[in-house]
Amino acid sequence: MTTYVCPVCDFAYDESVGAPREGFPAGTPWADIPETWCCPDCGVREKPDFEEAK
Amino acid sequence: MAAVSAGRGSETTWRDPKKYLWLLGLFVPSFPFLSWGLVEGTGLGVFWWSGMILLFGLFPILDQLIGKDSANPPESVLAWLEEQKYYRWCTYLFLPLQYAGLILGCLVWTSSAYSVADKIGFALTIGVVGGFGINTAHELGHKKDELERWLSKIALAQTAYGHFYIEHNRGHHVRVATPEDPASSRLGETFWAFLPRSVWGSFRSGWELEKARLARTGRGPWTPRNDVVNAWLMTLVLYGALTLGFGPAILPYLLVQAVFGFSLLEVVNYLEHYGLLRQRLDSGRYERCTPRHSWNSNNIASNVLLYHLQRHSDHHANPTRRYQALRHFDEAPELPSGYATMIVLAYFPPLWRRVMDGRVLAHYAGDVTLANIQPSRRSRVLGRYGAAA
Repeated sequence: MTTYVCPVCDFAYDESVGAPREGFPAGTPWADIPETWCCPDCGVREKPDFEEAK
Repeated sequence: MAAVSAGRGSETTWRDPKKYLWLLGLFVPSFPFLSWGLVEGTGLGVFWWSGMILLFGLFPILDQLIGKDSANPPESVLAWLEEQKYYRWCTYLFLPLQYAGLILGCLVWTSSAYSVADKIGFALTIGVVGGFGINTAHELGHKKDELERWLSKIALAQTAYGHFYIEHNRGHHVRVATPEDPASSRLGETFWAFLPRSVWGSFRSGWELEKARLARTGRGPWTPRNDVVNAWLMTLVLYGALTLGFGPAILPYLLVQAVFGFSLLEVVNYLEHYGLLRQRLDSGRYERCTPRHSWNSNNIASNVLLYHLQRHSDHHANPTRRYQALRHFDEAPELPSGYATMIVLAYFPPLWRRVMDGRVLAHYAGDVTLANIQPSRRSRVLGRYGAAA
């Protein structure tokens, strides 16, 4: 399970937690998130902009 | 209260020059009380219109008199500055004053001592507070803190603009300075054409955004989980409770203050991105929003009354950043004056065009095809500014 982070506001998408409010239940792999999905906190970065957490 | 300078490292040598000025943000929601006090003290009905007099008369003058400030807090104190709770309280306190003013409004609207004209004047004064309340809601709604998001929706209830909480954050910020954004005005578009387009477009977009989010969770849109629905419910409860308490006579005035309040928000929207356009990349996505895609202003008076909203480029680059930490950028296009002056110009399209169209053109070094142009006026605009249609 990997975590991806918004480079602007640090919102983190952890695959094991998902983002249930956004419609992505726990365990949803990053690959299943639509390309056009934008950061729910800042709204100014989309999925392709997210960075894998180290 | 601890001095802002009490901190670590460079915070110990830097003092926030605007720290106590932010309290002036609370001057606006005190308008209804000021208005009522002046009427009672002088017997002059004109003071019911205090909100209009201050907004359109005093504030533009203050912008000119007080001037500009382009100073930024040092990079090293930004994180610390954002954590200072004092600045949050300056915004939270707006809300009790805002709603106390609305109740005063209901008392005046149901009193037989005042004329209909007086009551309309007072509804507009309260609408000014409601409009500034949307700005307070804007500051609060961008934050990650649940309490602040909740307060944001409460602040929007007065003007029935609860969908703004969703549309602004998930719609406007994503599509800003593109033809798809209802809240980005276009070169050649008058404020009066922009107003209905933005009101209706934002309403529809907010609804669609929540509908799409809920559809991913397997739900329909008609649920209190829908942030547009629950924000509107707050308005329904508020208006319902006030009507029960004061009677249906307040309803026309509630309507007047709400429409005038959200129209103020929309005139500010009109200023912020006029004619500015993000170019499409080869990938099909728009280029990222940069400081060049928002109009800015450093006029102190408007900035203090609107929580640095005029430092709009930094706001779009870092939407969750708190107002006290927003910075001026040299590369951002500058409005010729503060918002207080510019909104008056926006009401008069020939004046607005005279002041702003040349600035849009200069921003694009004379290449008008790089601007966001109103489609219905495209050939006229291209012809006027020397580009082939």
